[in-house]
Amino acid sequence: MVEHEGIQRYLAHAILWIGISVVAFPVYLAIVASTQDNAVIANGQMSLLPGGHFLQTYYQTIFVGTSGSTREPVGNMMLNSLVMALMIAVGKIAISIISAYAIVYFRFPFRMAMFWIIFITLMLPVEVRIYPTYKIVADLHLLDSYAGLSLPLIASATATLLFRQFFMTVPDELLEASRIDGAGPFRFFWDTLLPLSRTNMAALFVILFILGWNQYLWPLLITTRDDMQTIQIGIRKMITTTDALTEWPVVMATAVLAMLPPVFVVIAMQKLFVRGLVETEK
Amino acid sequence: MANVTLRNVHKTYPGGFEAIKGVDVDVGDGQFCVLVGPSGCGKSTLLRMVAGLETVTGGEIDIGGRVVNQIEPADRDIAMVFQNYALYPHMSVYNNMAYGLRNRGMAETEIKTRVEEAARILELAPMLERKPRQLSGGQRQRVAMGRAIVRQPKVFLFDEPLSNLDAKLRIAMRVEIRKLQRRLQTTSIYVTHDQLEAMTLADILVVMNGGRVEQIGNPLEIYQKPATTFVASFIGAPPMNLMPLRPDETKSRFAGDSRANGKAGILGIRPEDFVISHETIAGGVALDLTVEAIERVGAETFIYGARQHEEQGIAANPGDLPPGELIVRIPGAIAPAIGERIRAIAPREKLHLFSADGRTRLEA
Repeated sequence: MVEHEGIQRYLAHAILWIGISVVAFPVYLAIVASTQDNAVIANGQMSLLPGGHFLQTYYQTIFVGTSGSTREPVGNMMLNSLVMALMIAVGKIAISIISAYAIVYFRFPFRMAMFWIIFITLMLPVEVRIYPTYKIVADLHLLDSYAGLSLPLIASATATLLFRQFFMTVPDELLEASRIDGAGPFRFFWDTLLPLSRTNMAALFVILFILGWNQYLWPLLITTRDDMQTIQIGIRKMITTTDALTEWPVVMATAVLAMLPPVFVVIAMQKLFVRGLVETEK
Repeated sequence: MANVTLRNVHKTYPGGFEAIKGVDVDVGDGQFCVLVGPSGCGKSTLLRMVAGLETVTGGEIDIGGRVVNQIEPADRDIAMVFQNYALYPHMSVYNNMAYGLRNRGMAETEIKTRVEEAARILELAPMLERKPRQLSGGQRQRVAMGRAIVRQPKVFLFDEPLSNLDAKLRIAMRVEIRKLQRRLQTTSIYVTHDQLEAMTLADILVVMNGGRVEQIGNPLEIYQKPATTFVASFIGAPPMNLMPLRPDETKSRFAGDSRANGKAGILGIRPEDFVISHETIAGGVALDLTVEAIERVGAETFIYGARQHEEQGIAANPGDLPPGELIVRIPGAIAPAIGERIRAIAPREKLHLFSADGRTRLEA
């Protein structure tokens, strides 16, 4: 690392602070707005200091919901989002690690063909195949269900590729030592490969959880019932375009709440996440 | 305890490459067998076939009176020490050793006894709770050994276990491995490319080249009577000097000897069998050399000399050295100067004669 002297260092810090402010100010504004009275916001006289409606607004947001547009408390939306994000993250990791294991460690007919088929799905994200996917989910009567929300998003190649790359760096001798130690394919996977993949799984979990949490298009398409909608859809629905007054404190509180789980996941798994990206335990 | 017998073992890879071209080896109960050879000679493949990590495409591998060709590695009653140790990185030293025993369903108390016994022998007792990455190379090596010992297998297999250690540690571990094997009396097969390791460890030495066995025997016998020019130049450092002989030279040089068959041959003389002297020895060889380089290693000195072959009537040397150059080893550090002309003589009984293709040794 290059050590900078005097002014250069202050300049670097100043730029960083400007960057942080640009990112953080809207967040701060959202938090402040969520504690103000709706009338004040509507007047365009919102103060930059927190108001006195914190508890009231958040209670209403989480347990009651807006008075008009969505009729559903945000607590329930968060639960939906959480279940969906967890199912996507866990499901994707589980399926990918197993398929990567098969591709790397087993010799079966058309192994490489399988690999390339999985690889090609990289080029077909949900947005591209949205109509056929919708049709399938609808035909399976999975609309307005957690399975319908998460299954189509679980099927994707990125995680499989990542695990494949990781498995290929695991020395063959570990497998051979396991074989001599009397561990069959399942034991090797469970006792050796899974623990070694721990940091990779954590890193992937963070990425996939946030990916799942932030889904917008797919949940918008397949959820019609209010009690199945995710928080991202909820926010959109709260901002009405009709003549009703948007309840900005509630909208802002929802936005703040929507931000919390990903932030929590990142903070909780930061150590593992960084280790998963930069080092391997071998 | 068990014999290991290889009968006409072949290995052909699906691509058609023949890695092992028919090997017969018999390792007696409790013996330490070393497979040695240059890289690519098939020694590791052969060991992995004994372990069950490679399939056998021809012949039979017999461990303790049971043909194991179709038996899984875990059921062959063997333990293997890998070159990179292959310790489970996420398990403690204790669990690394205990893992194989647990998979066999051994009682936890028995496992504890065995692991602690192995840890005591290998001086690993204070490190049982550590992870492999917290250990030094030598300690990891010992854990790998421990993992083999606790199994109390019929056969130990070592795949170049010392090549990742530094030179000093390598010598120390070499001695330890030998002591341990003597103490446990477990039949062992050890693969190395280091001829010094091979010589010092082996009860039976198997010299391999190109998928074939060049020579099997007691290490000293192999050193004294190498069966082929390959063995002659591979075993012993620096390598044996090899010089082709024309038919008339064979005849004259080995006159009155059953070796004087009047055919072209290859003459071999070990560097350590030369003496620098102005005398000539009846029946022996005297070579006039110009000193080109000198290596002093303390207890001994290696002299690289160029031969004036017209005088000797011996053609250029096809071995590892440039044509006409050979190595003479003398004790001590007092050596001639570079450019000096010296005479190196070797007595007749120290001469090795091989057939012209180098495949056969001609005995007196």
